[in-house]
Amino acid sequence: MSNPVDHRLEREGAVATIVFDRPAAYNAVTGAMLLSLQATMKALARDREVRAIVLTGAGKAFCAGQALDDAQTMSEGNGRPDLLRAVMERFNPLVIAIATIEKPVIAAVNGVAAGAGMGIALAADFRFVAASASFTTAFAKIGLVPDSGVSFFLPRMVGYARALELTLLSEKIDAARANELGLVTKLCGDDVLAQAKAFAATLAQGPRALGLIKRELVQNGLGDLRAALTYEAQLQAIAGDTADFIEGVSAFREKRQPHFCGE
Amino acid sequence: MSDLITEQHGPVLLLRLNRPARLNALTDGLAAEIAAALEAADGDDATRAVVITGDERAFAAGADIGELAQPGGPQLEVWDRIWAVGIPIVGAVRGLALGGGLELAMSCDVLVVAEDARLGQPEIKLGLIPGAGGTQRLSRALGKALAMELVLTGREIDGREAYARGLAGACVPAELVLRTALALAQTIAAHAPLAVRAAKRAVNDAFELPLASALGRERSAFRGLLETADGREGVAAFIEKRPPTWSGK
Repeated sequence: MSNPVDHRLEREGAVATIVFDRPAAYNAVTGAMLLSLQATMKALARDREVRAIVLTGAGKAFCAGQALDDAQTMSEGNGRPDLLRAVMERFNPLVIAIATIEKPVIAAVNGVAAGAGMGIALAADFRFVAASASFTTAFAKIGLVPDSGVSFFLPRMVGYARALELTLLSEKIDAARANELGLVTKLCGDDVLAQAKAFAATLAQGPRALGLIKRELVQNGLGDLRAALTYEAQLQAIAGDTADFIEGVSAFREKRQPHFCGE
Repeated sequence: MSDLITEQHGPVLLLRLNRPARLNALTDGLAAEIAAALEAADGDDATRAVVITGDERAFAAGADIGELAQPGGPQLEVWDRIWAVGIPIVGAVRGLALGGGLELAMSCDVLVVAEDARLGQPEIKLGLIPGAGGTQRLSRALGKALAMELVLTGREIDGREAYARGLAGACVPAELVLRTALALAQTIAAHAPLAVRAAKRAVNDAFELPLASALGRERSAFRGLLETADGREGVAAFIEKRPPTWSGK
């Protein structure tokens, strides 16, 4: 396996831990990082000695979603981001890998999980969440729509009405509210990673059936994840063509309130 | 302004039906323009695929009713010219594809439809039946049961149903139809042109010839392509793990 880009892979016994490692950028993901994460997940799927996986972030954040300073992603479609391609080729395969790998995946949410970062946390099978951590869908704030499975997982986890509220308003969901909403497996303190690893080590002693149970629940409990992710990518492409998206990104970069024209 | 707008996108020719006030209803003149544009593209080495589209409201809403009322009705022989071209055609359907509009869409080799596109053969409501291939192509695409229902009742289906029943190869939100169709056309246009044309002919043979004849033609087309420069280049490039460079020969 080639060297992981912008993440670290740590091994302790049968537990592999993926650490998103761009702490200065709140672990926002670049295109190269996503492709590398896909490769890491593929290698972990094949590695028989790995029987549980932990996802976490270096520094203060879990993952802040798409890096808006990722030059490749932000300009590959004639100077504008080609969001259909970005979502289909980079985000969706990672989300599918997390949700379908036949090994338990535990997100150790150590800090903010925003946008696609929230999608990654939701795609995991368990969420251990630090009391200081928070979630936000974030997409609407910059004129985009939820992707990375957020529109798929969230209504299944919290119900349609609350999912619509969380995605339309895009407010910060602190750990306590996330717990009330049922997103949290276990509320932790600063020891969130240690607790997640200990939990993973227990699961790693489980039978092969755990992976099959996950496959069963994905098939029977979730519905058509791939079709949903494709639809997210298509709607993201439409949103990416709007003037409001350009304004949303500019306002974010300039740290000011956006003025959306509704087009 | 012409009733047919042409745009060249590299090796892909885009044809836009442009009678917005009449929902792109097909006149003899427009059909002849389409046929002529397809024939020109077919003979142009620099053009490797065509996309046909309308606008947001209609791909084509049918035959021009005024011409239906004329003695003799619309000129139908022009359709033989549309069906004869060897260059692949991608249809991009937004809004209405009714009557002659659906027949034009089904004359395309690959079809991309909007989720909310409306497709149908409503001729029965006028005391008529489809006259440009509708009964035949709909039956081949959908099977007898659904085709018969649509032709006898004039019911429309939306893009989702058209896709689910196999009439269209892709169904996307309306805003992405043209982009998706152009991307498909670019993919096709990047392949070796002789192989692309042979592939179109061979798949069409499945609907026109007895199986044994079609299999025989497929076999000889395959053998013929092995002897072409591009066939040899494609195999060599694969073995050498490099992208192929097509000469068109």
